Amino acid sequence: MGDSDRMERRRAVAADRVARYERMVEIRAFEDRVQGLFSEGRVHGTTHTAQGQEAVAVGIAAAVQTTDLVTCTYRGHGIGLALGMTPEVILGEIMGRDIGCVGGIAGSMHLCDRELGLLPTFAIIGAGIPVAAGAALTAQVRGTDDAAIGVFGDGAANIGAFHEGLNLAAIWNLPVVFICENNQYGEYSRIDLTTPIEDLADRAASYGIPGIIVDGQDPDQTFEAVSAALAVARSGGGPTLLEMKTYRYAGHSRADKAEYRPEGEFERWYERDPINTFRARLESEGLLAPGDAEAIDERVAARLEAALQAVEESPPATVDAMFGNIYAPV
Amino acid sequence: MVRMRMNQAVAAALADEMREDPDVVVFGEDVAVAGGPFKTSDGLLEEFGPSRVRDTPISEMGFLGMAVGAAASGLRPVAEIMFIEFLGVALDMVVTEAGKFHFLSRGAFTCPITVRASIGAGLGFGCQHSQTMENWMSHAPGLKMVMLSGPQSAYGLLRSAIRDPNPVVVLEPRALYGGRGQVTTGADGILPLGEARRVREGDDVTVVSAGAMVKVALAAAEASDDWSAEVIDLQTLIPWDRDGVVSAVRRTGRLVIVEESPYTSGWGTEIAAYVGARLFGELRAPVLRITCPDVPVPFGRELEQRYMPNPGYVTDQIDQLLATGRVPDPWWVGEGRSA
Repeated sequence: MGDSDRMERRRAVAADRVARYERMVEIRAFEDRVQGLFSEGRVHGTTHTAQGQEAVAVGIAAAVQTTDLVTCTYRGHGIGLALGMTPEVILGEIMGRDIGCVGGIAGSMHLCDRELGLLPTFAIIGAGIPVAAGAALTAQVRGTDDAAIGVFGDGAANIGAFHEGLNLAAIWNLPVVFICENNQYGEYSRIDLTTPIEDLADRAASYGIPGIIVDGQDPDQTFEAVSAALAVARSGGGPTLLEMKTYRYAGHSRADKAEYRPEGEFERWYERDPINTFRARLESEGLLAPGDAEAIDERVAARLEAALQAVEESPPATVDAMFGNIYAPV
Repeated sequence: MVRMRMNQAVAAALADEMREDPDVVVFGEDVAVAGGPFKTSDGLLEEFGPSRVRDTPISEMGFLGMAVGAAASGLRPVAEIMFIEFLGVALDMVVTEAGKFHFLSRGAFTCPITVRASIGAGLGFGCQHSQTMENWMSHAPGLKMVMLSGPQSAYGLLRSAIRDPNPVVVLEPRALYGGRGQVTTGADGILPLGEARRVREGDDVTVVSAGAMVKVALAAAEASDDWSAEVIDLQTLIPWDRDGVVSAVRRTGRLVIVEESPYTSGWGTEIAAYVGARLFGELRAPVLRITCPDVPVPFGRELEQRYMPNPGYVTDQIDQLLATGRVPDPWWVGEGRSA
């Protein structure tokens, strides 16, 4: 797919809740497929998947403009797909192929799409937080109505970059929305073992900015919350911290089977699975007719199969890509 | 030509770039209202206003991260690190973020940040405020790095650093801020990155130096009637001027490197290895590195002066090299310490 297809995917998610549902299904199936490819030994290295967090991804993508810059973590496949990146450019990057969004020299943790507003995703916990504030500084100095979004996990709320980034954004009243995807685990450790408070949104008070808890399993609520915070940012109201309560279905990375989870925890969260609950809502509203959900599942499966084929036909990452972009030409 | 101090030359370069490019912004600790702790941004707030010239909290990771995001989205931020050691708490933003954005975006994003930091010993700041730390950056592809040696170098290299589309670290020897010199301002005063500058002609030995050691190397060269030294100011440490240095050393047959940093893993180690390999068989003497010892910078005045290469010591080391054809021991071996 070319540029226009990626922009079309973005517009679809922005405009239409059924398209958001389909994208959530695509993210889930994509992540499952990626895990399968790793366990089959068809991909080397590591990967971090985001099953369970689909409603956060589409809520953000539906609310931001393509001229807003987004920083995001190494657990970024879902947000990349939601923003409009295609399965083949992300899978191509994960598999180290030329078709990948960075030519296969970066890997699963490092996705990027300038046209869609996605800065290179961050594999250093918390690093994207002040960087998002910097993108917002550009909007403020130039006087545009752009804003920036900094997405990070609950683990990042304990690193210095979180404090420094929020503090700076607050004192300079920057147009930035900080989104904490609280998926309950920082790497292998449950949040309550590493953090003395229950709600990370409370930390916003230290910086004198709003801190809002959002149901991260509901794409309507994530969309509304990000839209509202962006409106505040664009109108000169400064930064907001959104804590999206969500749940990571998989382990931290491919090697992690998440055996540290308390019994029953996954099942409790799965009762409120974001895809199942959103499908039920769309069906009850009449936006999904009988058979529509199955058709979406089939469409997504076919799209992913075609993507995998395109990736496998693509040559490996090239020496040109390795040497080509160390320095920008003067 | 205008006579000015090096700190004034820094401020002049910042002001001229800000006049020419509205995307240039300056921030750091005490750079706005106070004009910089070393007066390197004096007058900028008054001329360019509080949107483009900003005081930050004591928050290096935060404001360097902010510089990265601002640069990727179109500004040309110049961030000041008061003492190079303070970069230690923010190094990720320079070496792992700024230096990799172009690579990680397949060339779609650039990250034209300029990170200015004061460096070096000689002013009695103690071992946590007197290092040079250039090798924090020299092993991180994607960055450029320059070291200032005086007012003209400050004006010319800083302007190039700000204009460069890549992240550039500018190391500013603190002990030189007050030193005066004639400066050509405007377009004619801009010095390109990546080119060394010959500051003295000579035939018997090529002395490569950088930063505060350029002045030391020059004084050492002036002091000898027995040999004549060509002195080169390397100016850009990354990427350094390989062709310029190799062709100079090929002509004199001898290479001496003078560094204001510990012996182990200095920038001169790389130059010695490269030139030694390229000119094996053509050199008339082994490569001599004149450096500081592998110790933290001492505080006491006499010791601090002895810690750094000084002109008399450099002259003596080169005398011995030319007389014996062998690398002389550093001064601390005479004190019973290992080389």
